[in-house]
Amino acid sequence: MAEPLLLRDELNDVRERSLERITDDLCRNVESRAGLSWWLAFGVSALVAGAGLLAVIYQLRTGIGTWGLNKSVSWGFAITNFVFWIGIGHAGTFISAILYLLGQRWRVAISRSAEAGTLLAVCCAAIFPLIHLGRPWLAFWMAPYPNFRGPLWINFRSPLVWDFFAIGTYFSISVAFFYLGLLPDLATVRDRDGSGLWKRVLGWASLGWDGSQSTWHRWQTLYLLLAGLATALVISVHTIVSWDFAVSILPGWHSTIFPPYFVTGAIFSGLAMVVTLVLVARVALDLEAYVTLRHIELMSKVVLFCSCFIGLVYLVEMFHALYSGDPYEMRVLQNRLTGPMQIPFGIMVACNVLLPQILWLPGARRRTWVVLPIVLLINVGMWFERFTIVTGSLERDFLPSNWMGYTPTLIELVTLAGSFGLFFCGFLIFCRLFPVIPISETKAALLEGYDVEPAGELEA
Amino acid sequence: MSRPAFRITAAFAREVDLLAALSSVREHGAEVLEVYGPYPLSRADALLGKRPTRLPWICFMLAIAGAAFKIWFQVWTSSVDWRLNVGGKPWNSLPAFVPVTFEVMVLVAGLGALLAFLARRRLIPGRRPKLPVAGITDDVFAALVRVEGSGESVPRALKLLEQQGALHLSWLEEGDFR
Repeated sequence: MAEPLLLRDELNDVRERSLERITDDLCRNVESRAGLSWWLAFGVSALVAGAGLLAVIYQLRTGIGTWGLNKSVSWGFAITNFVFWIGIGHAGTFISAILYLLGQRWRVAISRSAEAGTLLAVCCAAIFPLIHLGRPWLAFWMAPYPNFRGPLWINFRSPLVWDFFAIGTYFSISVAFFYLGLLPDLATVRDRDGSGLWKRVLGWASLGWDGSQSTWHRWQTLYLLLAGLATALVISVHTIVSWDFAVSILPGWHSTIFPPYFVTGAIFSGLAMVVTLVLVARVALDLEAYVTLRHIELMSKVVLFCSCFIGLVYLVEMFHALYSGDPYEMRVLQNRLTGPMQIPFGIMVACNVLLPQILWLPGARRRTWVVLPIVLLINVGMWFERFTIVTGSLERDFLPSNWMGYTPTLIELVTLAGSFGLFFCGFLIFCRLFPVIPISETKAALLEGYDVEPAGELEA
Repeated sequence: MSRPAFRITAAFAREVDLLAALSSVREHGAEVLEVYGPYPLSRADALLGKRPTRLPWICFMLAIAGAAFKIWFQVWTSSVDWRLNVGGKPWNSLPAFVPVTFEVMVLVAGLGALLAFLARRRLIPGRRPKLPVAGITDDVFAALVRVEGSGESVPRALKLLEQQGALHLSWLEEGDFR
């Protein structure tokens, strides 16, 4: 007998629905035409993304002198945004892989949105180091291939090269995971009535899926394997991103707590983004029967856990600085508490640690109008956390004559906004092109073992 | 001459009906060749006599191959082919080679296992599948059953399947397949 599913009590009406009804409900967004609200949201996102694109073109033509960087602060907005977006990209795999391995079947309702969010966020993240190169058309020099420059190989000892491999692998495995989960649903869309170019494309991409147990059997094993690999990747990718900082000798960066600090922060901000997307999508796509308040409550609990963990890390970092007796480390702390980093540091503590404590109240977790502002502000807080880390240590280094402030330029602000525009454009397009909730997994989660005699009687 | 054999295709509306029907026909000597459904029917694995897939082994082997290749490649590029002094670090900085080795290991293992799965199940872009009945990817559970012998056995199997609520039944003599 399958384990009792958490959602059953609340999904009585869905359980009573036939399988056909579930298919109809979950395919509707692919088969119907977009409404006015979708076009409005898409229009706004596309405008913002377009502004970002213009800013990128301008800074590529003019050079990265258009940014507010200076001799000391050589990493500013671009690297902050990069770390922020990579962090957002961690939730998809966290929800799909780690929660899958932990047997949390409620993840079904949000897993595909989270995976799509991952792919989009990694794309948004990749833009920033690319334009930071100044000459992005030479980005292929990062790849180790036999070349006519020696052959001069890349420096495998550099954390920046590790990053290139980590993010490349993360993106590839995430695409594989997304596609594997989508495969049965593509076949479902293919076999439905109706026509159209997109349906034919989906049918082509369904690879002749026939729903036989021989295929399902291996599909399940492969899904488990990829989940296991992706779990290791989630930990490794943000660990490697944190090594970009921790492997240097700058106070505030050179710390052994960075890997767990970054990984938790990434899952935290990513989950907050997924909750934001899901809260909007469930209303917009009329999926409230499938993404219930119970889901929101469970995600809020994970958010709360991450918030407490992040709070602990902040405390440990302060303790390290005070206990180390190292004047440079103490100076970093002072810089954050009373110095120029006071405001970003205050925002990050307030949004990441203090505000989410409201989620201890069961009533708050079930009210979308309470959860939505909290998760939005968590993302603000997480962005400021990365800003504090990246620029805080750079603008106050060992030599006081090097101390310089950092103010972002309009170009940098528009580029950041543009990345959000790109992300939301991508997500809105995803909402029209693919079933937002995994169809076969929903059927299995809701109906497998339902209305079935004890397994013993069925075994041959 | 071997005994004549028939292949019966039976479709059901519920997983439970399918599994119960297959258990009863199996007791009467029929062989379950394949089961189809809109979600994985893990409880049919025993009826089908499925062995665990070898995909984990393929994945493991690929992981070892990927990691071994990447360690060799990093050592060769950094300390053999073109040495470059970076901050006085040793030519062969094995600890610093660990992160990239790990990533390449995961990449090769993951993508390789996916390709192995697609190849094993002949999942090719644009292929048209042969579905035994319509609606398998929506709300129909189906099975392909092989019954040997003539006379009694086929009508008996059909009757058993029908008793368990089969929506659709069709059969073909085995020779017709070839």
